[in-house]
Amino acid sequence: MIEHVLVGVALVVGLGGGYLIARSRLRGRRSDRPDAVHQILMPFTGTEVSRRALDAALRLARAENATLMPAYLAQVPKSLPLDCAIPNEARRAMPLLEAIEQRASAQGVAVDARIERGRSYRHALERLLASETFDRVVVPANASGATGFSGDDLVWLLQKAPTEVLVLRPSPEDRRVVSVNGAAAKATNGNGIPSV
Amino acid sequence: MAAGVGKTYRMLREGHAEAAAGRDVVIGYLEPHDRQETTDQADGLETVPRRRVPVRDVVVEEMDLAALLARDPDLALIDELAHTNAPGLVHKKRYEDIADVLAAGIDVFSTVNVQHLESLNDQVAELTGVRVRETVPDSVLGSADEVFLIDLTPEALIARLRAGKIYPGENIDAALNNFFRIENLAALREVSLRQVAEDVESKRLVRGDLGPVGTRAEEGVSADAPKAVGERLLALVRPQPSSQRLVRRAWRSAQRLGTDLDLLWVKPPGKPIEGEEERQVTALRQLASVLGATLLIEEHDDLVAAVARVVRERGSTYIMVGESEPARGLARLREPLPQRLMRATPPGIDVRIVAHRGLKGDEK
Repeated sequence: MIEHVLVGVALVVGLGGGYLIARSRLRGRRSDRPDAVHQILMPFTGTEVSRRALDAALRLARAENATLMPAYLAQVPKSLPLDCAIPNEARRAMPLLEAIEQRASAQGVAVDARIERGRSYRHALERLLASETFDRVVVPANASGATGFSGDDLVWLLQKAPTEVLVLRPSPEDRRVVSVNGAAAKATNGNGIPSV
Repeated sequence: MAAGVGKTYRMLREGHAEAAAGRDVVIGYLEPHDRQETTDQADGLETVPRRRVPVRDVVVEEMDLAALLARDPDLALIDELAHTNAPGLVHKKRYEDIADVLAAGIDVFSTVNVQHLESLNDQVAELTGVRVRETVPDSVLGSADEVFLIDLTPEALIARLRAGKIYPGENIDAALNNFFRIENLAALREVSLRQVAEDVESKRLVRGDLGPVGTRAEEGVSADAPKAVGERLLALVRPQPSSQRLVRRAWRSAQRLGTDLDLLWVKPPGKPIEGEEERQVTALRQLASVLGATLLIEEHDDLVAAVARVVRERGSTYIMVGESEPARGLARLREPLPQRLMRATPPGIDVRIVAHRGLKGDEK
């Protein structure tokens, strides 16, 4: 009788353990590889990103289990080939992408960043829209033009983007930025990465 | 390095030395730019008369290739390697004329500024804001037996400019305000030094490969010999978004060290690149292109062996790897990747692990 009970307990423990291991592995795989088609594009230019736009994009990405694609748009002068190396632009983009990734990571959002080149910001955005698939595009409508997107650019984006475009209404909160040179950048972590 | 450092002067001095050693030396083409020191240095060397070529309303003077070939010296001094010939000549570019001269068995000494090298043209244009139109394929420089760098500090070059040794007085201020700025010259100097260092390195490896006794390998240095100059970073990547952080870290390190960056993905053999993997490879290639890094894709079933081979071939001195996933099962008994890399690569190669910034969900 006792032997039967022991065998039964062993079976329950074994099956339960196996189920838990399998579940944890499946869960791990799911979080490592978010669905590739769920992508939210957040294009930006210059040396700062609207914190409100970033937070909105992160909220959406989190809610939809999507990957956030922050994309730094770089202008390449006509005197240079479009596919040339742009170390000066990369130097501006890198700390911002790092800071965005840090913030996204803290909120459990996967990030797949890009630096896209173009003859103008709009051209860079056009190239990016042509090469990748997005479910949403999040851009702040910034009255000061600090994001690098003019009103015309936003109209163009609304007409051309083959997906939903979320244009954020201008707000005083837009002064809070994820910045390389701004106030936020003054507080840096041990790696010299701007705190956001 | 730049106009005025003394390239033509040095070429002429070398020509005199060769002539003194008994070789038949002529000047195929000289561009003294009205610099008295250069003109004086040409004294005593025979000059092949220039060819006069009418172009619209003016007559320009070019090197007379036919006359030079007919003269058949041991050594020809031909200035301005990157020069574009006037229309109507045999070749469009002077380096093509020089190829004919070399093919005729005549040695050539020539001169070129670093910004004229094709592969550096964009880089120099971005650094200095000035683009030169006349370029020379890198293969021309690569085929030279010897490359001499005429090095001068930016301060010394500007002092020469101010003293009127490079341009006439009325052009000095314009030059100082445009190309001859100290930051431009410092950047050009760095690019030149690096270019020559790489040229020395590539020739060292070629000589190391040339094997048996009696070949040029005797003069050279073995490929196993320690490197004299330069660092080179190698970052091991995978076609995944998480690799981008590693690339960013590696690029920043490369910038700090002032060195080149290679990205390496060791791909399992036989498996086609498609779907999401293909998209991520494209993204990595784009990022490498933006950063001026080189993406290498090696098909191999042994990661460590593939890395060791690339390290030897590229002369890498520093390897950066991402944090590995926690080992499971029997894999726990295996030696960690950094240790295996250190054992497989030449001594002195540093290996750095870049921590993975896991998603919050992963940490639970």
